[in-house]
Amino acid sequence: MEFSDALQLLLIGVSQGCGYALIAIGFVFIYRATEIVNFAHGELMMLGAFMVLTFSELWGLGFWLGSALGVLSLGLFGYLLDAIVMRRLVGQAQATIFILTVAIALMLRALAGMIWGWSPRSLTVPFSQDMTIGGLVVGLDRITIIVGTAVICALLYALFSKTRVGLAIQAASQNQLAAYYSRIPVKRLIAVVWAIGAMVAAVAGIMLAPVTQVDTTMSFFGIKALAGAVVGGFGSIPGALLGCLIIGVAEPFLDFYFPAFKGTYAYIIMLAVLFVRPEGLISQTFQKKV
Amino acid sequence: MQVLFKTDYDQDINYLVNRGERFRILAAVVLALVAPFVVGAYFLSEISIFLVYILAGLGLMVLIGFTGVVSFGHAAFMGIGAYTNSVLLGYGVPFFVTLPLAALLAGLIGAALGRAASKMHGFYMAIATLAFAIVIETAIGAWEPVTGGHMGLSVPPMSAFGWEVSAGRVQYYIILAIVLFCIWGVANLMRSATGRAFVAVRDSETSARSLGLDIARTRILAFFISASITGLAGGLLAHLTFYLSPESFGVNESLKLLLMVVVGGLGTITGAIFGAVFVSILPNIITLLQGILPQAIAQQAGLDLFLFGAIIAAFIIFEPEGLYGRWRKLRLFLETFPYYKRATFTRQKRYLKTERFR
Repeated sequence: MEFSDALQLLLIGVSQGCGYALIAIGFVFIYRATEIVNFAHGELMMLGAFMVLTFSELWGLGFWLGSALGVLSLGLFGYLLDAIVMRRLVGQAQATIFILTVAIALMLRALAGMIWGWSPRSLTVPFSQDMTIGGLVVGLDRITIIVGTAVICALLYALFSKTRVGLAIQAASQNQLAAYYSRIPVKRLIAVVWAIGAMVAAVAGIMLAPVTQVDTTMSFFGIKALAGAVVGGFGSIPGALLGCLIIGVAEPFLDFYFPAFKGTYAYIIMLAVLFVRPEGLISQTFQKKV
Repeated sequence: MQVLFKTDYDQDINYLVNRGERFRILAAVVLALVAPFVVGAYFLSEISIFLVYILAGLGLMVLIGFTGVVSFGHAAFMGIGAYTNSVLLGYGVPFFVTLPLAALLAGLIGAALGRAASKMHGFYMAIATLAFAIVIETAIGAWEPVTGGHMGLSVPPMSAFGWEVSAGRVQYYIILAIVLFCIWGVANLMRSATGRAFVAVRDSETSARSLGLDIARTRILAFFISASITGLAGGLLAHLTFYLSPESFGVNESLKLLLMVVVGGLGTITGAIFGAVFVSILPNIITLLQGILPQAIAQQAGLDLFLFGAIIAAFIIFEPEGLYGRWRKLRLFLETFPYYKRATFTRQKRYLKTERFR
């Protein structure tokens, strides 16, 4: 492999990793606030991409307005998902809640297939041209993913450290009961966290759409993002970002050199990390000590 | 209502407590024993598949229902069992050696997977099993010299030293014997110290740990037992499908097993059986629904996938104890009529149970 090819793969890997990271941020937030691991997050991303497709192309509202509406609708969906479904199961065994999120994932995927069809569709975005930097052909869509991830991380960081809502969410995720006593509307905040997670997933869906096409198999990104978050250390945002980047960068190279297991390297890396260092690279959920 | 008086010290650890239960189990076993003389060859193979699914569900039940560890990839263990069994039979090893070996290999791989994830929060196991199932499906497809890859592998007949068991009554009885043995074994396990340790870990890790249980070891053991039972089921299933391909042990198959234990009723052996009944008649239900629903919806691809999800979600939200729990409520309603109290089965109000210790 030549150096420029390697650089090309590296760029693809970093952008792919950023895509995973965007999804991972969503469910790590939800996990930190509610201790629910949302296995349906990839499906939320897929739904976001489909909603944007509907608004901007099928209804002809244009890309930017369509994207805004799509992201907002996903926010509403996430809010309602918590308010109507997930809230009923507070305090149930963790096992049943995981199974429920997987069931939701199945339903969403099947519904999307029924409504929008099972064959891939393409979403026209204003950032799909290629450009040449120093002899290297770079897709603008790849650059957009990387820049977009950085912007969203900065925005979320500002939200959680600078605003009252962010502080309240932090408080609620550390100790729900204490947060109740301080007059924080914990229920509503948790629904808001779900909404934020879904909105970030929708943004990820929009940015990944030119790279992957919009179809129901997009949802597998969610599982790979979960794997990335585990590699980095579940529950810590920097850990999730790092893990997703590692997986994103490693994948194209491994696919290139050992094509036999193409597409499953994210999972293989995760299983290997679990064997060697189960708490992840940056550990946050400490091993339980009683 | 039938009041249970304790007249015997053994009463607490008996398999079956009341007479009605004993009678029903006996009736079911007798029914299973005479079935081959009543039904035709096609229906007999259907019943055999049903029995194998009971076994697979039982394996998953040990893990999800009794130990509280979720596995989203249990079909992978079925696949490991099925392929081990078929490949070894191909080398001429007798079936009463290959089946235990298939179970053992699946169990060991399961224990290794359990070791990797058991020290961490419960969802690690869920993610790890899901990833493992995807990797195994790919690995079976890629390892062509042994498994035949995506072309598939035709299963040699059950044989030992030149004696060949063809599909039919003898095979049915072998499967029935293995299934009954495993059900008895799990029932026995659940009244032993090990089984009670499983339940303790499921209900509260903190209190299990305070009682001196090694949580990780308990989980690994549960994983071993669960994976070996499921692997055994896979080995038997191979003889009923005659043909193996990696796709038949994919994520959808795992979800089918999951549907089975959730619908049947988590945490009971009977639940696995009820679940297997439900999964067996599910295709008929779907066909029935397609007749009722308007044409535009009924002909959609993906309706079955949607129903899978909807059924699991509905049971988790509205009847977490599954069909078996519903049946127990119905029985209590009839036995205590008209004094049935809805509150008997109402779950206690619980708040967010944190699993983070920091």
